[in-house]
Amino acid sequence: MPEAILDVQDLSYSFRTYGGEVQAVRGVSFEVMPGEVVGIVGESGCGKSVTAQCALRLNPEPPGFRRGGRMLYKGEDVFAKGERELRRMRGAEIGFVFQDPMTYLNPTMRVGAQVEEVFAGRPGVSRREARSRADEMLALVGISDVARRREQYPHELSGGMKQRVMIAMALVGRPSLIIADEPTTSLDVTIEAQILELLDDLRRKLGTAIVLITHDLGVIAKMCDRVYVMYGGKVVESGGAEDIFYRTAHPYTAGLLGSVARLETDCDEELKAIEGTPPDLFSPPPGCPFAARCDYAMRVCRESPAPEYRLEGGHRVSCWLRHEYAEPVELPARCAPEAAV
Amino acid sequence: MSVAEREPLLSVSGLSKHFRMSRTEVLKAVDDVSFDVREGETVGLVGESGCGKSTTGRCIVRLHEPTAGAVRFAGEDVYAPAGSRSADRERKRRLCKGMQMVFQNPYSSLNPRMTVKDIVGEGFALVGRLGQKERDERIVELLRTVGLGAEHMSRFPHEFSGGQRQRIGIARALSVDPRFIVCDEPISALDVSIQAQVINMLKRLQAERGLTYLFVAHDLSVVKYISDRVIVMYLGTVVEQAGASELYRSPLHPYTRALFSAIPEADPRVARGRARIPLKGEIPSPVNPRDECRFADRCPIAEPVCRSRRPPLRDMGDGHRVACHLA
Ligand SMILES: Nc1ncnc2c1ncn2[C@@H]1O[C@H](COP(=O)(O)OP(=O)(O)OP(=O)(O)O)[C@@H](O)[C@H]1O
Ligand SMILES: Nc1ncnc2c1ncn2[C@@H]1O[C@H](COP(=O)(O)OP(=O)(O)OP(=O)(O)O)[C@@H](O)[C@H]1O
Ligand code: SF4
Ligand code: SF4
Ligand SMILES: [Mg+2]
Ligand SMILES: [Mg+2]
Repeated sequence: MPEAILDVQDLSYSFRTYGGEVQAVRGVSFEVMPGEVVGIVGESGCGKSVTAQCALRLNPEPPGFRRGGRMLYKGEDVFAKGERELRRMRGAEIGFVFQDPMTYLNPTMRVGAQVEEVFAGRPGVSRREARSRADEMLALVGISDVARRREQYPHELSGGMKQRVMIAMALVGRPSLIIADEPTTSLDVTIEAQILELLDDLRRKLGTAIVLITHDLGVIAKMCDRVYVMYGGKVVESGGAEDIFYRTAHPYTAGLLGSVARLETDCDEELKAIEGTPPDLFSPPPGCPFAARCDYAMRVCRESPAPEYRLEGGHRVSCWLRHEYAEPVELPARCAPEAAV
Repeated sequence: MSVAEREPLLSVSGLSKHFRMSRTEVLKAVDDVSFDVREGETVGLVGESGCGKSTTGRCIVRLHEPTAGAVRFAGEDVYAPAGSRSADRERKRRLCKGMQMVFQNPYSSLNPRMTVKDIVGEGFALVGRLGQKERDERIVELLRTVGLGAEHMSRFPHEFSGGQRQRIGIARALSVDPRFIVCDEPISALDVSIQAQVINMLKRLQAERGLTYLFVAHDLSVVKYISDRVIVMYLGTVVEQAGASELYRSPLHPYTRALFSAIPEADPRVARGRARIPLKGEIPSPVNPRDECRFADRCPIAEPVCRSRRPPLRDMGDGHRVACHLA
């Protein structure tokens, strides 16, 4: 079996704030193989961005710190790397698309130059070549009239254009791994489709591995080989895309799939939301993080964390319902695979 | 009285916003856009990234001075000269209380040095004096409405995840009890369950207080669900406008059709098996556009007439309007 390009083992990450310790990530494990597209979905605030940002140590430290576990990029622990090494990796090894473009784009620099800067200090790439590769990439992400656009500053671009400039910066250095945190939130569906095709192309032609963090279950359905579902700082379910959509095993995942507004949703009916609020990360519950909101919660759920059960074909779930003594339940199925073929 | 008969709460006519790029070049971000929004109604605004949706919203709430055209809110021309400085201040207060905007980019629109409590409570000065205790109670209530809690009050924006910041922006907009809100991508940073909560909340507020929304979003299923009417923009112009169910049932403009064919499905086999109408050709530039249909370079059915002049917005019956020579 080939080596995982990104291997996360039992990672815990916290922030020290004056209100106490925010336990943002609590024992997350996952791996990404070369050429694979891995999706991460989950509740807003459940630790997706914090986990992903560990790959390049992009969380502010302090207040952030690793509480435990490891994250290996091509077999090397990223937490053992120095600042210079991490800066070199950024763009060249790992292309990172930030959720919030404005916090990472430089407001005082023209966007073309920012894309070119990925090559700064890289041996063997001339200024001219950097420029032409930057322009080519900007066109590929659907920026028209690149000659004029490259001279604009970030605030002169629309929200979706800034997002695409971010994507161009992440892709232009041909990294081995792309981590895209909500890359298409500001894009209309036709440009979104174009960007997804571009990512898929890179994966097929160059074997680039992709981690796609998104709330858009349509994007997950279209793109991902494997999916991790996170809740309250933990991975609660993982498996192939079809496992997650058609053989949903975790009550949170089922609730998430049930909340999607679809074209055929009747405007007079309320959208289904999961009742209740997410766990307090200052003092996370000792048992299953979803217990307070779960329709199937049992006493054991509140007291001890559910072990991970292995289902068929690499599908895994952390839920007490899989215990052999638990009463079997039928989760509401939303996607029937038969209906879809 | 039915919604259709009422005076529009907001009326945008001939609105243009041009940015000068150089001595000879003008970027026409919004170019002669007109529409009405009636009280208690939700109007969806969709279109290609960069087509001028946010700029339109910003012109409405007076964050951009338009190059041409007028915006009337509650019977008042929001850009007419006010007469005196105090009259202008008074009007600003009135409009600020009447119209609010939820910004597309939640982070850069929140002051990083202010706590959530101060951000959300900032607008209370417009509503009237409140005691400390009452003020705190209202803030907590607003935070609860958007799925946050009292424990978040003393934290700063950078301590929140993307979706949590988005919700702080929504709570802030609601704090002054406005009549009209421009929601610019209010839900795209949220997971679908919280999206559902926020949408249900917006609908509930609308039913209770008759709130009016201009709702900009890329999620076409959500737009269909929440909107009474939908406006489709392309490169600074309105290309189609109709009642929501009518538009989704029979889109007339070739751009709208291409857009609808790309709606992603949250179902792997459907998503991977479906063909979309690919949009060929380069996205045209809004800089110095020619006097022709702006979609002509990419339109699958374009004919010579399309290049001869810009198609006007024509009414095809029942308020379904389209700007296409061949529709
Ligand atoms: N600098 C920080 N200081 C304190 N807490 C933080 C900081 N950054 C993040 N957090 C907290 O860590 C948790 C996880 O945040 P993260 O950004 O990873 O969420 P997320 O899953 O990406 O959510 P979203 O989908 O909304 O972007 C959140 O509850 C957030 O409030
Ligand atoms: N301050 C500015 N200076 C120059 N051009 C600008 C400025 N603000 C916006 N523009 C241009 O106006 C056009 C419309 O931008 P706008 O932000 O309104 O698009 P949008 O429809 O909201 O797109 P998105 O869906 O990507 O957010 C874009 O071409 C943008 O580059
Ligand atoms: S472990 Fe218990 S509370 Fe958690 S999801 Fe399963 S049934 Fe629900
Ligand atoms: S006017 Fe012509 S080019 Fe424009 S959308 Fe209609 S058919 Fe296509
Ligand atoms: Mg995030
Ligand atoms: Mg916008």
